[in-house]
Amino acid sequence: MQVGIDLGSRTIKTVALMGGTVLHRRVVESGFEPHRQALQMLGEHPGARAVATGYGRHLMQQQAGLDIITEIKAHALGARHLFPYCRAILDVGGQDSKVIHLSADGRIVNFQMNDKCAAGTGRFLEMMAVSLGYDLRGFGEAAAVAEGSTPINSMCAVFAESEVVSLKNRGVPPEEIARSVHLAVASRLAAMVSKTCQCQHLVFTGGVANNKTLVSLLETTLGVPVLVPEDPSVIGALGAALHAGNS
Amino acid sequence: MSDEFVVKSDPELWEKLGMDVARFSGMPPMLTNAYRNIFLSQQNRPERMAYFDDMVANIHTGRIREICDAKDGGKPVIGTFCVYVPEELVVAAGGICIGLCGGAQGSIADAEKILPRNICPMVKSAFGFKVGKICPYFQVVDLVYGETTCDAKKKTWELLDRYVPTHVMEIPQMKRERDKQLWKEEVKDFKVAVDRITGNETDFEAVADGIRTINAKRAALQRLNSLRHHNPSPISGKDMLIIQQIAFYDEPVRFTQKVHDLCDELEKRVQAGIAVAPKSAPRILVSGTPMALPNWKLHSIIEGAGALVVNEESCIGTRYYKDLIDEGSSDMDQQLERLTERYMKIDCSCFTPNDDRIEQVLKEYEASGAEGIIDYCLQFCHTYNIEAVKLREACEARGIPFMAIETDYSPDDVGQLQTRVEAFIEQIKG
Repeated sequence: MQVGIDLGSRTIKTVALMGGTVLHRRVVESGFEPHRQALQMLGEHPGARAVATGYGRHLMQQQAGLDIITEIKAHALGARHLFPYCRAILDVGGQDSKVIHLSADGRIVNFQMNDKCAAGTGRFLEMMAVSLGYDLRGFGEAAAVAEGSTPINSMCAVFAESEVVSLKNRGVPPEEIARSVHLAVASRLAAMVSKTCQCQHLVFTGGVANNKTLVSLLETTLGVPVLVPEDPSVIGALGAALHAGNS
Repeated sequence: MSDEFVVKSDPELWEKLGMDVARFSGMPPMLTNAYRNIFLSQQNRPERMAYFDDMVANIHTGRIREICDAKDGGKPVIGTFCVYVPEELVVAAGGICIGLCGGAQGSIADAEKILPRNICPMVKSAFGFKVGKICPYFQVVDLVYGETTCDAKKKTWELLDRYVPTHVMEIPQMKRERDKQLWKEEVKDFKVAVDRITGNETDFEAVADGIRTINAKRAALQRLNSLRHHNPSPISGKDMLIIQQIAFYDEPVRFTQKVHDLCDELEKRVQAGIAVAPKSAPRILVSGTPMALPNWKLHSIIEGAGALVVNEESCIGTRYYKDLIDEGSSDMDQQLERLTERYMKIDCSCFTPNDDRIEQVLKEYEASGAEGIIDYCLQFCHTYNIEAVKLREACEARGIPFMAIETDYSPDDVGQLQTRVEAFIEQIKG
C-alpha cells in the first residue's frame, strides 16, 4: 500500500492506494499542530510507503523520514492519473494558486505560482465571504443567482475588503458583491493560466475547485472546458501516493 | 571552526564615525549567526575561503580601520551604487571605492520613514543605512556618486544629498554615438570630482595604474568563475556569491591575490576530483538583479534544496567583471575613451534595446554547464522584470528550463520560494 499526505495551509489530506485504486481518502483541518495531526493520519496506514507534499512536507521529512515532492509535481501526477491527456492544471488551495503546464508525455514544462499575496487564493474568497456574512458554500451559491455585478478593482485582500465594505454601504445587494468577487478571482486565475499555457482544456484541482460558480465563470472567461475531479482537494495527496508507488 | 567565527565589534570606532552605536551593536551577532548557519555549515569548503570568512568577520571593524587610516592619509573614499561608476579613476587617485548597495531588511524601516514603500528594496535598504546611521561604510565616505540607471535611484539621490554629499553621473539609456559622447563627458566630470578631494590632478601614469589594478581584479574573478563552472563544482554558489560581494569593499590588490590563491586551490581540487556537490546535483544559473550584502536569500534556498548555483549573471556577478579595459592607450583622452567603451559593454536592463544581455545570459548558460535559469528580480525593478519576458522567450525557444521570480528582502515569502525552487529542480530532473 502507498500513502500520500498533503500538508496544506488549511487542511491535511491523505490518500491511500493499492494497485492504483484509492482505498481511502481523508481531509481534516490542519489545526494548531499540523505535524501531530499528520503523524496520526499516517499512523492509520501502518507499513505503507508514504510520500509527503504541501507546505508541511519538510517537517514530515524531518520528523517521519518521508520522501517529499512539491505540490506542483504532486498535482501534476494526480491530475494526469485521472485525466491522462491533460496538459494544463490549475490548483487553487488555501494560500496558493498555481498553474502547471505539462508536455504531451506529462513532464512539467512550466509553472506559475502566485507571489506572497492572497489574491486569487482560497483565503481571499474566504475573507470576502466572511465580510459578506456567508459561509463558503452559500457564498458561491449567492454569486450564481446574482442578477448583476460591479467590478472589484483591488485584488489585494486588505483593499478588496474595504472595497466590499463600501459597496455594501452603497446598497449593492450582497449576492451581487459575491458575484463580483468571483468574477475578479476568475479573471485573475484566467490571466495566470493564459500567461502560462495555451490549452484545449483545464483540470482544476484544490479545495477552491469545489466552488461551482467559480468553475463556470472560469470556463466562460477562458473559453475552454474546465474539468474538476470528484474530490479536487485530495489530488495533491493522490499524486504523492502515486509517487510513493514509483519510487 | 564555525564556533570560532565571530563578526567583530568596535563600539569606540563606531562612535567616532557618528553611528547609532546602541542600535548597531545588535548587527554583528545577527550576522555572526547568519554566516555560521548559511556559510560555515557547508561541507567540504575550500580551505582558502578562510580569508573571505575573515573579511566578513572584519566587515565592521578591521576593514573600516584600514579605510579610516587611508582617509587620514589624505586618500579619497567614494561610495557608489552601480557598476557603471568607474572605480579605476578612484584607484588612480589613490583612493578607495566602496559599493554601498543595501541588501538588508533591517534598514528598510528607517528608509520608509521618508521614502515611499513601493520602491526597490535595494535603494530603500541603502538609504535606510544612511539615515539610521547603521552602516560604517556610509559614515566613512567623503562623498557618494550615484547614477541615473533607474527612477528610484535618481530621485532618492536628491534626498540622500541631505545626509551625505551626493553627486550624480548621468548614464544614458541608449548606446548610440551621441550617448557615448555624453557618457564620456560624465566620466571626465567624475574624474574631476575625485581629483577635487585630493587636490591633485591624476595623470596618465596614475590612470594607467588604476586601469591595470582593476583589470587584474576583474581577470582574477573571471578565472575564479570559470573554475567554478567545472562539473562537479569545486566551490559552492554561496561561497562564490560572498566573494563577489566582498569584491565591492575589499582592497583590490590584496583581494586579487587572495582570489588567485583560492583559484590555485580550486585547480588542485578539480584535478583531485574534490567537489562540494555530486555531479548529479542540478546546476542553476541565476540571472538578473544584484544581490547586495547580506542578501543570500535565493542562493540559500537553491542550495538548501540540493542544487548548485553555477553562475551569477548580475552586477554582483559577471556583469561586474566580464569586460576589461584595453591597456594600450597612449594618452589620457584615449584612456578615457577606452574606459568608456568598456563601460558601455555593461548590459544593464536600463538600456534599450538591450538584446546583448539575452545573448550574454545564453553564453554564460553554455559556459557554466547550467541546466536551468532562475531569473531573479528585485521587487519594483521594472526594467529587469520586463526584460524577463524576452529572456523567457529565448529560453523557451532553446528548451532551456526557465523560472522568473520577483522578491524582496523580507523572509515572509521563503516558503513559497522554496516550493517554486524545489518544483523547478524537479522539472530539471524530469
